[in-house]
Amino acid sequence: MPTLPIESADKETNEPAHEVVVFENVVLAFEDKAVLDGISFSLARGETKALFGVAGVGKSSILKLTLGLLKPDAGRIRVLGSDITQMGEDELFDLRSRIGMVFQESALFDSLTVRENVAFRLTEEKEVPDEEIERRVREALSFVELEHTLDQFPSELSGGMRRRVAIARAIVTKPELLLYDSPTGGLDPVTSTTIVELIVKQRDVYKTSSLLVSHRLQDAFTMATHRFDRTTGHMQPISPGARAEIPMTFVLLRDGKMVFDGSAQELARSDDPYIREYFS
Amino acid sequence: MAAGDFLSRVELISPSEWAKGQIQSVQEYVLLAAQSLANLFKRPLYVADMMQQADLIGFGSLSIVILAGFFTGAVLAQNSASTLERFGSLSLIGQLVSIGMVRQLGPVITGLLVAGRNASGMASELGSMVVTEQIDAMRALGTDPTKKLVTPRVVATIFMLFFLTIIADLLGLLGGSFIAIFLLGLDGHQYWTTSWQILEYPDVVTGLVQPVFYGFLIATVGCYYGMTAKGGTQGVGRGTTQAVVVSSVLILVVDFFLTRLLTLLLGSR
Repeated sequence: MPTLPIESADKETNEPAHEVVVFENVVLAFEDKAVLDGISFSLARGETKALFGVAGVGKSSILKLTLGLLKPDAGRIRVLGSDITQMGEDELFDLRSRIGMVFQESALFDSLTVRENVAFRLTEEKEVPDEEIERRVREALSFVELEHTLDQFPSELSGGMRRRVAIARAIVTKPELLLYDSPTGGLDPVTSTTIVELIVKQRDVYKTSSLLVSHRLQDAFTMATHRFDRTTGHMQPISPGARAEIPMTFVLLRDGKMVFDGSAQELARSDDPYIREYFS
Repeated sequence: MAAGDFLSRVELISPSEWAKGQIQSVQEYVLLAAQSLANLFKRPLYVADMMQQADLIGFGSLSIVILAGFFTGAVLAQNSASTLERFGSLSLIGQLVSIGMVRQLGPVITGLLVAGRNASGMASELGSMVVTEQIDAMRALGTDPTKKLVTPRVVATIFMLFFLTIIADLLGLLGGSFIAIFLLGLDGHQYWTTSWQILEYPDVVTGLVQPVFYGFLIATVGCYYGMTAKGGTQGVGRGTTQAVVVSSVLILVVDFFLTRLLTLLLGSR
């Protein structure tokens, strides 16, 4: 696995811990079929919450609801202190500039180069000078170790590289909230570990709050049991006694409802038959 | 057995559900079309994207418009020649080609060609972006896709179709003159003088108002079918076909009503 560079910039927040995302009895239906039925949870500042559930249970929909790409049929969603259920599309565009999202299949703009993809948001903001855009794009790409791909098109990259470019695009503006939709889906174990390490690095170095949809339980447990070590440039396992300090929680969805929301330790202690079967 | 399998998969939709779906589609189209114009009064205005689209739509369609315009004029002259000759009015051929091309054939033929080439291109490009979540990604990155993708295409199509129509009109007259001079042995000076003199203000206005409407229809229909594509690559293909069919049919329908309206407003010839 390649070594990861360590950034000098460290965005420590002095704000008191508070909720970055709050779902209150959210209901979402597609063509009269309820996908989410009364979902309530909150994500604290600096916390990473992993969403699990069988395919089609509505995990990706939760991310899209958080971004305001979908509107709930009932309930309330607060993101970064704003009630997004009451917001129009123009207001949502402003809010989305504080959120980064990594899509399931990367969703890179295939007609733009890697540089243009990563710079997209900065270019759209208009007031950022070209030199500043170039510097930040290189910084974001060096974070994911893909500085050499600047002038390549997404079609010229492997699946894992595209996923890493998508992460660079999401973090280039140093967002307050990151949403990952199956970031390791369809990748080989080595590449998956690189992606997991990047997520852990983002969590531990930049303290960014994040919601993560995953199908791979192993990835989430790696995140819950490792911490990024700046001296080695890699994530390192931590002792079982210190695991409670990792700001990582798990959510399990079943038939549109939330059947579990808690830490890895609580998950391990759960005696619910469905939870035990799902995580076995 | 295969037919039985097929029938078992056919989903029956009630007429009211079908009607609701159609009305909803029209509503979505009208909203998108209105939004594409309203975006002109909001910042940012994507001028570079408009220029790029103008190049793709305008310059890219130039060769087919030149060829189609020339041969439409030539065919018009060739087919009318025998009828005019029977009445001893072969010298009127320039007038006939001129009126035919400028008032109707130039705008309609150009509109249909640009619809075939660009409505399909827009639908497939935007449709592919929808199914690969690039449109969602754009919204997630804080950019309004209707501003960035739809409005530049609408503006570029309207602008370029206007000039493409003028080029098609001119090439149609050139095609007509080719037949008149080289096959019918008419005087070239007479052909061009009569072609020019017959045109009146209402003819030119009728011919140049049409591409504005057709350009708007082509771009909004193409973008609508792209932005609402569903069902993967098959859905994109279906949307692309529908975009061409619907925009072409709409051009012909609007042609009828617009010509009637303009005739009423500007006076009949």
